[in-house]
Amino acid sequence: MNDTPTIGKTLKALLYLAPALLIIGTFNIYPIIKSFLMSFYTDYDYFKDIVNERGLSNYSYIFQDPEFWLSMKNTMIFVIGVVPISIILSLGIAVLLNQKIKFRGFFRTVYFIPFVTSVVAVSIVWRWIFHTQYGLLNHFLGFFGVSPIKWLSDPQMAMPALIILAVWKGLGYNIIIFLAGLQNINQQYYLAAKIDGASSWQRFKNITVPLLSSTTFFISIISIINSFKVFDEVFALFGGQPGPANSAQTVVYYIFNKFYGEWDFGVASAAAYALFIVIFILTLVQLYVGKRKVNY
Amino acid sequence: MEVQMKDVTMQFNNITAVDRMNVTIEDGELVSMLGPSGCGKSTTLFMLAGLYKPTAGEIFFGDRLVNKIEPEHREIGMVFQNYALYPHLSVLKNIMFPLKMRKVSKGEAEELAREMAKLVQIDHLLDRKPGQLSGGQQQRVAIARALVKKPKILLLDEPLSNLDARLRLEMREEIRRIQQEVKITTIFVTHDQEEAMSISDKILLMKDGKFQQFCPPQEMYDHPENEFVASFLGSPPINLFPASLMDNLKDVSISGTNDVITLSSPLKEGMDPARQVTLGIRPEDFYIETDEKKQGILGKTIMVERIGRDNLLNVEVQNKTVRAIVSPDLRIERGDVVKLGILPERAHLFAVHTGENLLDSKLR
Repeated sequence: MNDTPTIGKTLKALLYLAPALLIIGTFNIYPIIKSFLMSFYTDYDYFKDIVNERGLSNYSYIFQDPEFWLSMKNTMIFVIGVVPISIILSLGIAVLLNQKIKFRGFFRTVYFIPFVTSVVAVSIVWRWIFHTQYGLLNHFLGFFGVSPIKWLSDPQMAMPALIILAVWKGLGYNIIIFLAGLQNINQQYYLAAKIDGASSWQRFKNITVPLLSSTTFFISIISIINSFKVFDEVFALFGGQPGPANSAQTVVYYIFNKFYGEWDFGVASAAAYALFIVIFILTLVQLYVGKRKVNY
Repeated sequence: MEVQMKDVTMQFNNITAVDRMNVTIEDGELVSMLGPSGCGKSTTLFMLAGLYKPTAGEIFFGDRLVNKIEPEHREIGMVFQNYALYPHLSVLKNIMFPLKMRKVSKGEAEELAREMAKLVQIDHLLDRKPGQLSGGQQQRVAIARALVKKPKILLLDEPLSNLDARLRLEMREEIRRIQQEVKITTIFVTHDQEEAMSISDKILLMKDGKFQQFCPPQEMYDHPENEFVASFLGSPPINLFPASLMDNLKDVSISGTNDVITLSSPLKEGMDPARQVTLGIRPEDFYIETDEKKQGILGKTIMVERIGRDNLLNVEVQNKTVRAIVSPDLRIERGDVVKLGILPERAHLFAVHTGENLLDSKLR
């Protein structure tokens, strides 16, 4: 086991790694590098694949493009709307599903189904749920005297509708991870806390939350990254449009539109890297905060 | 506080873990619950703690019926087998936790916690996390946390089983010292008879969920209620001989031999003993009988072990090995035939079927 690496062994290992490396290299690594380079193409003839000029003008373009800033703002609103609600809701449901209840396995499956269902199929159902006249949600809100809301056609309501869909869609995954985290907490701590006179809320606050912090930390990083990348929900929920009056246009939608809609590869790549930098910085901040908070 | 159990029973599905337990533990006593694995001793402790609810019977703390009272309101402290210290809190915060739950002000809680830490001698470790402590130190923290809220009863669930042999000796004396210092009714679960014998005021012995005997350790050792109690206590274990009781109800003849032993204690009154009995003699209650005319059990020495000031003999009687601890003054070699005499009033006689002790002891 402790052999020193030799050329023969390295070659053998590379042989085993080659198939996966080939696929990752072609479809992940190469595009990452290529798009980085592409973000500096200022004059590009894509018919002949000739780069006439390179420079930073793509970046200066997006930073001056109000549509890019709108997309960034929308994405931020989306992240801020989805991540906390999703974490709190899924933690609550995970705690409930971790109790000794009947049909526990059934409920766990039910909550996981949205995660494994296709976004497009889910969005079609939600388009119907959000329908102004015939939608289930407005019908339900009608019981409380709320007049029908134009979820999908009112620019004010498009983002909340998108957030509701995304929270619902991501719930299953977060619940599973939280359940795994909850089951890792030794039951003895709860018994000890009971003896120490802690009520069920105090036990949740003083035992569950701190001992689950590493799980919560993991989930928050994953959800923030995923939320920044939101695209398919937007595309499917608003029928290929970025919401009414671009009200649900996110950064990835902007990139998609620049790339496939306007064939402006350089700008699309620059926007992708701008998004990457934002996610990267946020994750670094989270890691820094997390290291100080998750401590036992 | 006095603890009283009346017909307490605990069933898990079809298994009766504790069967009609009737015991009264007096205020300030240190009681060990002893028995083999799965005898229901931890279940009984968990019922006292309120973590299990008995399926039948009543538990009283003082004159308060506590069956339906949740653990958080029972005024008990508990030390778990693996201590269950909160890993994310420092030692000080761990000890303060029960006070925090009671909304005691922070300053006061800290003062009480420091006081308690001093009692269990961990006041120099207050800033550490449980993960940075040794087993013995964690044990002390757990005891401090259990005691800081001044409970009426302290429960300990196999508190020494995770410690090494030397630390175990030290900690059991520590527990005794702390218990006597705060004079709290303490119930202690263990499967180690030596542990139970050495620190408790009384031992509660259980087997298969059933009560066996509840009395001070020495009394239990000298006057076991039944064959199980006799064989569970003592190391090396008691020697048991199949035997039959003669018509005069005084002489016992050991099966398969010509040896007859005359009992020096009377049979219990009102007993109608079956004639088939089991004779029990502890190894240290034998001596080497040199007088030809006196009674004793004849056997061939198959092994002699000199342990410190004692000689441990393994003597073969009826193809079974009998252990005897005798004075080393008489030189006995392997292969010698010896006659083992029995010290007066030291023989135990048990009914074959019920295992009940048939002899009347003077103490009772």
